[in-house]
Amino acid sequence: MDRRIRILIGKPGLDGHDRGAKYIARALRDAGMEVIYTGIRQTPEAIAVAAIQEDVDFVGLSLLSGAHNHLFPEVARLLKEKGGSDIILFGGGVIPEEDIPGLKEAGFKAIFTPGASSSEVVDFIEQEIQTR
Amino acid sequence: MLSSKADDLACKVRSKDQRGLARVLSMVENGHPLAPPILHSLFNPERSSLTIGITGYPGTGKSTLTNRLITYYRRHGCKVGVIAVDPTSPFSGGALLGDRVRMQEHSTDPGVFIRSMGNRGHLGGLSGTTRDALEVFAAASYDPVLVETMGVGQAEVEIASLADITLLVLVPGLGDEVQTMKAGIMEIGNIIVLNKADRPGIEQLEMFVNASLDLIPDQTARPSVIRCSALSGEGIDKLTDAIVSCVSLGTGRKIIARRRTKLILRSIIREKGRELARKHVSDRYGSVEGAVESILQGKTTPYEIGELLSGFLTNKRENDHERNRD
Repeated sequence: MDRRIRILIGKPGLDGHDRGAKYIARALRDAGMEVIYTGIRQTPEAIAVAAIQEDVDFVGLSLLSGAHNHLFPEVARLLKEKGGSDIILFGGGVIPEEDIPGLKEAGFKAIFTPGASSSEVVDFIEQEIQTR
Repeated sequence: MLSSKADDLACKVRSKDQRGLARVLSMVENGHPLAPPILHSLFNPERSSLTIGITGYPGTGKSTLTNRLITYYRRHGCKVGVIAVDPTSPFSGGALLGDRVRMQEHSTDPGVFIRSMGNRGHLGGLSGTTRDALEVFAAASYDPVLVETMGVGQAEVEIASLADITLLVLVPGLGDEVQTMKAGIMEIGNIIVLNKADRPGIEQLEMFVNASLDLIPDQTARPSVIRCSALSGEGIDKLTDAIVSCVSLGTGRKIIARRRTKLILRSIIREKGRELARKHVSDRYGSVEGAVESILQGKTTPYEIGELLSGFLTNKRENDHERNRD
């Protein structure tokens, strides 16, 4: 068997700042993972559909607009609705400390804030894949 | 075969269960033990689903063109499948699959199923399992299925054996007339798409391509040449007209079914042959590394091992005969 970790990196909502998302996508690629990059300004629905079609193990969302409390849980809800409740969610971007518990409650396993290194993300994924 | 589980998954594909289809595509891609029995159950050489290949050099606009074709077929009420292949890193084994970016407008359309694949070391512009994934899409009644190859070089022509129709996408500014005279990729398009037609150099490109096509001995097989801009949409109607007439003209479904079946069987023979040979070498020398060690110590040569393998296959055939006689 030749199984590879598949990850969707998406940017929901009206936020064109994709440097971080692209940086992480590249780092995961270099860590031997298959990264599906869907581009900017995606609706939560589009991200959830793509995650199902691509049969990913993880969905990583990046957001710097401040709308994470609305958009992140919406992606989680839609994924569950479409039968993808086993897909592991993580997020990153400009996210205030006090919002993190709520996002974790919504199903996000980890939230990476500015200053996090790409190897932290890779480590997180390699650890979590063991539970799948 | 491992029937009940495989049958169950094959059923999910046929009943158009999205998650089931996605899962089966992964199993096929990963070489899961259940993949062969599932494919065995789904394979239908007489399937009616049309396969359209889109190939060309990197950055020629294949994804944007694919996006336009999705729009066209959706307008005609077809359920469209897309397989988009991008390169896998030969170093890390990872891949950045970015073809969906150009197809965003169809991302929530339930009549469109897009799957990205890394080529995972396979040469030829596709992944080694694209051919199998196509059978799965066809069984889930996606028709047509658009197969976008990764950006290819000059000799990656596998798509032509797999697709009913192949579009070769060219753009101005990538070389002189000699490039259009070369063998390989220039020979495989049923339709040659001159994309980015708003760019300078388009007249010259069209002239070169036509001059090269003038030399095809059988002019009835001459591909049509279509100028368009996938980005603005200009000329796309001419392209879809050309595709429609190419389909109705038809290479003949029977010929295509035979060609595709031959390709699948040949690749399976190649893969199994490789496995068998490697196993035989490992049985004898412990591992391929062990055989290298023996060669470096002067005990044998790669060529002697090659002879050994030929002998192994001949003996095996004789043994099989013996057994059949008994």
